[in-house]
Formats: sequence, structure tokens, C-alpha cells
Amino acid sequence: MSASGARPVGAGRRIPLAWAGVIPFLGYLGVFLLLPTGIVLWGAIRAQHGPGLTLSGLKLLVSPTVRFYFVNSIELSGITAVMGALLGAILAYAIATGNPDGLIRRVYIAGSGVLAQFGGVTLAFAFLATVGPAGILMHASWYFDYPQGIGLIYLYFQIPLMVVVFLPAIDGLKIQWREATANLGGSTWQYWRHVGVPLLRPAFFGATLLLFANALSAFATIQAWDNQIAYVVPQQINTSIISEVGLASPNEPQILALGMIILVAVVMTGYALLQRRTARWLR
Amino acid sequence: MTSPVTDAQAAPTRAGVRVRLDGLRRRYGAVTALDGVDLTIEPGELVALLGPSGCGKTTTLRLLAGLEDADEGRITVGGRDITRLPASKRDMGMVFQAYSLFPHMTVRENVAFGLRLRRAPRAGRDRRALEMLELVGLTQQADRYAHQISGGQQQRVALARALAIQPTVLLLDEPLSALDAKVRAQLRDQIRRIQLEVGITTLFVTHDQEEALAIADRVGVMKEGRIEQLGPPTEVYSRPATPFVAEFVGLTNRLAGEVRGGQVTVRGMTLPLVDQAVPDGPAIALVRPEAVTLASGVAGAGGALAGSVIGVTFLGATSRVSVDLGDTTVLAQLPTSEVGSLPPGGHVTLAIRPDPVLVAQDSQAVPEA
Ligand SMILES: Nc1ncnc2c1ncn2[C@@H]1O[C@H](COP(=O)(O)OP(=O)(O)OP(=O)(O)O)[C@@H](O)[C@H]1O
Ligand SMILES: [Mg+2]
Repeated sequence: MSASGARPVGAGRRIPLAWAGVIPFLGYLGVFLLLPTGIVLWGAIRAQHGPGLTLSGLKLLVSPTVRFYFVNSIELSGITAVMGALLGAILAYAIATGNPDGLIRRVYIAGSGVLAQFGGVTLAFAFLATVGPAGILMHASWYFDYPQGIGLIYLYFQIPLMVVVFLPAIDGLKIQWREATANLGGSTWQYWRHVGVPLLRPAFFGATLLLFANALSAFATIQAWDNQIAYVVPQQINTSIISEVGLASPNEPQILALGMIILVAVVMTGYALLQRRTARWLR
Repeated sequence: MTSPVTDAQAAPTRAGVRVRLDGLRRRYGAVTALDGVDLTIEPGELVALLGPSGCGKTTTLRLLAGLEDADEGRITVGGRDITRLPASKRDMGMVFQAYSLFPHMTVRENVAFGLRLRRAPRAGRDRRALEMLELVGLTQQADRYAHQISGGQQQRVALARALAIQPTVLLLDEPLSALDAKVRAQLRDQIRRIQLEVGITTLFVTHDQEEALAIADRVGVMKEGRIEQLGPPTEVYSRPATPFVAEFVGLTNRLAGEVRGGQVTVRGMTLPLVDQAVPDGPAIALVRPEAVTLASGVAGAGGALAGSVIGVTFLGATSRVSVDLGDTTVLAQLPTSEVGSLPPGGHVTLAIRPDPVLVAQDSQAVPEA
């Protein structure tokens, strides 16, 4: 580029204006994402005895005890993500086809936003107080069954989250597509089969992955449900931080966290790829 | 750009059919969208519906397509009453205003979609899709997606998609309004050429009078849910039936005058009236810019007809001159060759050709074009 040669000395070192606005965001990313990840990674691969780095700790990730927590995590997240996605999609569709300015729609959306954030813990305690083994109203043994009991509680925030993330996709289906299909001779069934479902499919799978990641990292809810036994990875990270006894390795928390980071990164990459397609179709 | 016409295209499997709308009415709550629309479109004819926003053009089209139901009235196509037939059974091709291509299908798949819905064999529908793309000049883009082609190309694909099912009637709802001026004129001509080639009965909705006059066999000017005048473009333009039509189609000068005995006197000039029955009294005469002539300099007793040039707009063969008459501004449209001697600020004297004119009551709303 010949133009750069004409620039005054020193100008090249100044940060372009367009990048200046990104600095706070990059700073945020650094402090709250990259730094913790770095610390976790460092803790996971640092040699326990003597100086230097080692990957031997990572073997822990495939050891039977640790695998137990990951299998549970994936199982619980998978089941609640799929169930939440299906039920949430149906609910989102019902909301989308209702009156667009109606009170019901606004209440649903606002309510879903709140429930998606706080629903799990609230319901866990509500269950505890009413239907749990110590419950006032009734005793329900299934409540403490894994994964049914906790799965049901997870759905309490998974379904609203699905509504929140899937509703924009349904709203993105243009009325002209339906009318064009009818005009070309298509039935309602044909519309859904050839147009509606294919267009919503990436958004649906993307949202399911998001729900999966959401359940994967949920900690407060399951901890409120049962704080005695660790079922899933976040609980075991917690346990291994606060107790020093019975750890498979002194850096177990870091190694578990690293496993989680990798899992979430893979899932969110899939989410981002699906989301990109959706954004182009259902703008 | 004329694409070769293959045998399959040249032989329209359905000759154009006659479309009749009888007393169509449609209300939305308190709004009367259609207030008794009668319209017959002859086989193979292109009728353009023209009118200001909200006058019911789209509603008429959607009723014909079956996307809305009429409250009252009858629709017959080729002698068959289809008033209660659902949209999917009407066999009409429609091109929407906003881009309506399916984003997850290629151009070819979009065009073939109607045939796929009809369970036509794959080879046949691919062939038909390519023929249609050839017709609109887009074979090169067959494997692209909607977001990979321009707005004008998308509308051409939409046209190909509508024609692929060999519809009885073609419906276009402002298909060009999202495009820029140059593409709009090109595509307008292309649509007309294809329509004539295929010989399909067509209803074209627009709020752009130039577009309507350029493309249609007949133009229907709509106002408040009714068709005010239906006729060939030249007739609608040069012999508007009502003041509304006169003002909506083409530019019109509104000049205060006095009606007496079937004539109107405007700034000292007497002009004949189209409608002799207008009662005597003050009125607004509607005078086309083409009926205004200009002479440079102030002639004799000029008085009310003397003014000065404000500006000249070059339109090509003709130019439009705006003249300040002191209390009002008048537009004159002249051959460009005559405009050279009229510099801005120059003094001119105005004359009006004594063509029959329409008059409007002052209270009448002026539609925005
Ligand atoms: N679905 C609807 N619900 C309520 N009112 C409607 C509906 N569709 C049309 N209308 C009303 O009916 C009238 C005619 O509408 P229509 O869309 O036919 O106008 P148009 O001539 O196509 O206007 P434009 O040039 O703006 O597209 C308008 O007053 C409009 O507000
Ligand atoms: Mg319209």
C-alpha cells in the first residue's frame, strides 16, 4: 500500500479510531473470560511436584470417578435441553401466533426472561417446601430421584429460556412465505414441511445447544436441590475446592473446570454456526 | 434484451381467461377497504390498478388471489365462480411487493417449488424452471440463493416462480417499488414483454402513475375503495373523468376561476368545461402543464398572465418550467428547444390552450402521488 508511506511518522502506532471503541469490550473479555481460562489452564497443566508443566493431570478427565460427573452433566443437560426445546418451541409458537401487541404476549416474554434467569432455584426451594421429603403439602420420593426430580426442576428455566431465544426465529418467518406457498398451491402441511420447518431447523438446534450449555453450567439450582451429594461437574468442582480430602489430584478443580470449558466451547461453536445461518434466513 | 422463446414457452398451455370482479366489498373493523369494486379484465389483458396509499389496491389483489375473503361480491375466472375457493386452489401466480423468495432454496428450487408442490416429476420441473429462468434472463443465477442476487433479480425470480405453474392469472403487487429508478423502468418493460409473450391475464397494482401508464392496456384509478375511472392510459391521462383522476394522474395546475354558463374564466382567459353541468360560481380549474404555453417578455396588457421564471427542469425532449405569477405558481411543460430563451428570473407571459378542463371544489382533498 503506497498510501501508508505518506503517513506522518508515528501515526502508524496510533490505534485506529474504529478499534478504540472495542477496547472496553476486549478489556471485559480479558478480565472475565481469558484471564480465568488462563488461570484454570495453568492450574490444570502445572506439575504438582517440582517445576515445569505436565499433561499427566489431564488423564484425570478420563478416569472413572471424573467421568461419572461428566456423564451425569451431559445426561442431565441433554435430556432437559431436548425436552425444554420441544416444549419451549411449542409455547413460543403459541405466543407468536397470538395477538402481537396483546397483553398475554408481553407478560409471557417478560415472565420468560425472569424465569429463564431465576426459575430453577426458586422452584427447587418451592418443591422442597411443598412436595419434597420434608414438604408440608405432600411427600414425594421422586423428588430426590436423579435425574427425574432435578430434570423437572431444570425444565422450569429451560422452557422459558427456549421461549426467549426461539421466539425471534418464529417471528422471523415472513407472512409472504406462507402466502407464496398457498399461492403456488401448497397446503398448510406442505408449508410446514417444505418451508417452515426447514427454515426454523437451524434456529431450533442452535437453541437446543444453548439450553444444553445453560444446564451444563447451572450450579445454584442443583445445589439447592441436594447439597450433600455431587451429581454433576459444577458441584464436584465446588466440593473439590472446599474439601481437600479424597481428591484424585490436588489440581482436580482446575482440571474439571478445564473439561467444562472445552465442552462449553465446543457446544457454543456449534451454536454460533447454526445461529449464523438463522440470522441470514430469519432476519 | 430479448431471450429466445422456446416452444414450451411460446405455446401458453392456458390461453388468457376473462376475470370478473362484481361488487366486491371488504371491511376491516371500521375501515371500508373496498366499497364495491367492479372490474372485468379481458383475456390476456394487463390492467393496472393505480391510486394513493390505502385506497384498496392490495386488498383487491388479495381478494382475487384468495388471500383474503370478500364480505360481499363475486369473483369469476373464465366463467367459473371462485369466490369461495381457497388460495391454494386458485392457480394464480403472484409476485409480492417485498422479496418473498424462500431463503433456504436456490433460485432454481424456488422457481420449481410450485411444481414440486404439485408432485411433478423432478426432471420435468427442473426443465420448466430453467425455461422460466431463461424467460426472465437469469439462467446464470440458477444455483444461487436469494441473498446472493440483487433486488431486481429477486423480483425476476419471483416472476419466474409465479409463471412456472402456468397460472390462469398473474397478480403483481407493486413488484418494483423496492427497486431503484433505472432497474424499475427496465424490469417494468421486461414484465410487459413477458406478459405479452405468455399471453396471461394480469392485474398489476402500483401507486406510481408513470408505471401504470407505461405498462397497462387499461388503467383503473382507485379512490377510497372504488374504481373512479377505468380506461386506456391515454384516455385516463388526457380525458380524466373526475377531478381526482385529473390530479392523481399526471401533474396538474390548480388555478382559481369563475364558472359561468358551462365555461370557466381563469385569470382573464375563458376555457370550455368537460362537464357542462357544473353550477356557476367560484371553482378551481385543473390545467395540465402541457396546456400552458409561454412567451418571453411582458406582452401588452399581460396583467394576470405575466410572471417570471423560477426554474427549469430538464426532462429530455421536454422541459418543465415553473412560473411565478405573484399569487400562485404555474407549471408549464414545453419542448426543450423552446426553453432556451427562458432564463430563470426572466419575464414571461403565459397562455392556456383552450382544451376542455375539469374543475374541483376547493375542499376536495389533494392526493399525494
Ligand atoms: N389486514 C388489515 N387489517 C386492517 N385494516 C386493513 C388490513 N388490510 C388493509 N387494511 C386497510 O384497508 C385499506 C386499504 O388497504 P390496501 O392495503 O388495500 O391499500 P393499498 O391501496 O394497497 O395501499 P398502499 O399503496 O399503501 O399499499 C387501508 O385503509 C388499510 O389500512
Ligand atoms: Mg398495497
